[in-house]
Amino acid sequence: MSGELNTVPKGVAGPSTWLDDRLGGANFLKRNLRKIFPDHWSFLLGEIALYSFVILLLTGTFLTLWFNPSMTEVVYNGPYAPLKGVMMSEAYASALEISFEVRGGLLMRQMHHWAALLFVAGMTVHMLRVFFTGAYRKPREINWLIGVLLLSLALVEGLTGYSLPDDLLSGAGLRITEGVAISLPLVGTYITFFLFGGEYPGTDIIPRFYSLHILLIPGILLALISAHMVLMWVQKHTQMPGKSRTNTNVVGAPFYPAFMAKAGAYFLFTLGVIAGLATVAQINPIWLFGPYTPADISAGSQPDWYMGFLEGSLRIMPPWEWNLFGTAHAGTLPLSVIIPALVPLGIVMTGLALYPFLEQWVTGDRREHHVADRPRNNPHRTSIGMSGITFYGLLWLLGANDEIAANFHISLNWTTYIGRVLIFVGPALAYLITYRVCLGLQRSDAAVISHGVESGVIKRLPHGEFIEVHTPPADDIEAHMRGKQPVLMHPVREDAAGIPPKGMRGPLGKLRARMSRAYGGEKIPLDEGHGHGEDEHAAIGSGGDDDRSLTH
Amino acid sequence: MIRITAWRRHPLARYAVLILALALVGMVYAAFVQAGKPADAAMAAGKVDDVAEGKSLFVAHCASCHGLNAEGTNTAPSIVGVGAAAVDFQMSTGRMPAANPGPQAPRKPLARWVDENAIRQVSAYVQSLGGGPQVPGAEQVDPKLGDAGRGGELFRANCIQCHNWAGSGGALTQGKYAPNLNASSPTQIYEAMVTGPQAMPVFNDTTITPQEKRDMIAYIVQVREQKDPGGFGLGRIGPVTEGIVAWVVGMVALVLAAIWITAKKRQKS
Repeated sequence: MSGELNTVPKGVAGPSTWLDDRLGGANFLKRNLRKIFPDHWSFLLGEIALYSFVILLLTGTFLTLWFNPSMTEVVYNGPYAPLKGVMMSEAYASALEISFEVRGGLLMRQMHHWAALLFVAGMTVHMLRVFFTGAYRKPREINWLIGVLLLSLALVEGLTGYSLPDDLLSGAGLRITEGVAISLPLVGTYITFFLFGGEYPGTDIIPRFYSLHILLIPGILLALISAHMVLMWVQKHTQMPGKSRTNTNVVGAPFYPAFMAKAGAYFLFTLGVIAGLATVAQINPIWLFGPYTPADISAGSQPDWYMGFLEGSLRIMPPWEWNLFGTAHAGTLPLSVIIPALVPLGIVMTGLALYPFLEQWVTGDRREHHVADRPRNNPHRTSIGMSGITFYGLLWLLGANDEIAANFHISLNWTTYIGRVLIFVGPALAYLITYRVCLGLQRSDAAVISHGVESGVIKRLPHGEFIEVHTPPADDIEAHMRGKQPVLMHPVREDAAGIPPKGMRGPLGKLRARMSRAYGGEKIPLDEGHGHGEDEHAAIGSGGDDDRSLTH
Repeated sequence: MIRITAWRRHPLARYAVLILALALVGMVYAAFVQAGKPADAAMAAGKVDDVAEGKSLFVAHCASCHGLNAEGTNTAPSIVGVGAAAVDFQMSTGRMPAANPGPQAPRKPLARWVDENAIRQVSAYVQSLGGGPQVPGAEQVDPKLGDAGRGGELFRANCIQCHNWAGSGGALTQGKYAPNLNASSPTQIYEAMVTGPQAMPVFNDTTITPQEKRDMIAYIVQVREQKDPGGFGLGRIGPVTEGIVAWVVGMVALVLAAIWITAKKRQKS
């Protein structure tokens, strides 16, 4: 293995010598082309987002060639008959032109939109992988923060892009954006007038969003993605625990040629899926929506999926409003808008950003981690993650409560009432259930380690008893399971005089100590040294629940 | 002339004029009412049998809820004065006779006894009870004669907040819903506008003129007959189905691809 790593294949040596003669960078190339990437499918999820972003840049550039971000009203005279003679903004008219008159325009528009949905979806699943395996731990906290920033910016990028075609559906989103901005206490009206250049909707918002959408935000996204990649490259990947995998190595395939081929293939897969969806599945049919006028609104007005959780929180919020100093000036505080717009977003995004630091504060774990956790082995983290997913997922689901009501014949009112309860009960239930499932899985691992795996061979003993022959687990599986480490815990025990250690005093310290005790430690220890050699277990009866009695 | 002037100034003259005017108004009113009385019109047109037949059908199939004289009961409203258009809409879409009471009667296959004749007869009977909107003529609902562009603007201003931009329908409160318009014939769409069935408001001819109604029908029919240029329409309900497809088709395909790509491990040499 090590000998193989030290020999440089011809494919690398040739070009790098050529380049070295001219640029003097062969050592850099030799080192980096042999960079090792771990070989687990979940490590490719982030690449969905990366490649979707590349496709977004390419298709987006194509769209800018024809799109006209202007709110000047024109009469439509294009080929789409049901809108003939209708007044609309130039932005909408040019989006229709891209859809019906530009060759390949509709395909590009649809690819852009599908790629946007997959961009955020890819980021989400990648982030969940990093979270549940604890890959955000030291030294990767900064890269985690960059990731959270990328996700937040992607939402803003999506929102501005969704508003650009100036169709009736995008206008509904814009109206909600305005509603949120104007609901802010004291500064709301000023911010709204600043953003829209006067009264809603005005004639400025589309050109402004256009600048943000094609220049500022993609520029920042590109810079942050580069930083994300460079940091990942320098810090190297985490890897799942397993045979000969340690904190000081990475086991996998080298960048060149193996990983490069895989990454290239995966880009083509992403392109294929996006182009395939754009070919067969219609997305954002703006011609059906019609041009935006503030007076019109349609049933089934929804945001794209990544904004759905905000839509849901808005829909289940009771109509609360405070009028502190009368309704004039800054007196009105529309809780029915501020809370759903800011609280769930704040919980999700702030929670994500702070989690690595909160976890460190609770566990006191300042070590570097390059071997990822299996989700079951840190049950509290996994449970917190699952209740976060449940919270987000419920809000997301409730954002579509009208479609649920209409298609499943449930009263719309009841979806709202049930949602208001579930949003509190659901995450708590998810926490409890996940915690028990994690412990159960740990127990099952412990059973595999100490008893081995069922072989399917049933033996009958001379005195009539049936037993099943168990075999020890394969080496790599056992190494994978034995990769488990206890979650670190603060020294919380009081000394002989009953005084808790430093940092664990006072109300905050006591809370920290209690959380550390609950969060840390080893819940289900693995047997040491057992599990080798052939084990035989009772197949039926006699052993009861505690089948150890028979064999150990 | 003197004599006429004298009559004009006669103390009884004002009463005479008043009585004359009242008689005139009364006669004009009676004439209009006569014209508006379709029962008599039906009789004049020899359709009196329709009314009689319709009454017997009504008594057999509708009266248990709507009352023997269509006066309404606790379970169903009076339908005196709803007009033939309302009966034609409700019966031709299968909503009436209703299968069971609920928030809203759904569109369903027609009952076995309901056919064109039966609908015409019951309509004639109900029309004879108290008038109301008539079934529109073929030309009144012909989508080819309407201006779809103008109809689209009216459609977006008046209909889509419940029926959705493509007429795909949507939810209302307490289990009620705005149905999908794609199954409705132009006549049914027109009748729904003038009679306001179930949760729908009435759009009478002063709110939306018959010409405008035809424009809207033209838009609805053009849009629903249009082949989706971008591929499968995904139910034409917007981002909800798009999001489901992005995750269930797009993400699942990409995750499977990732699993496939990484499944082949490098062989140890």
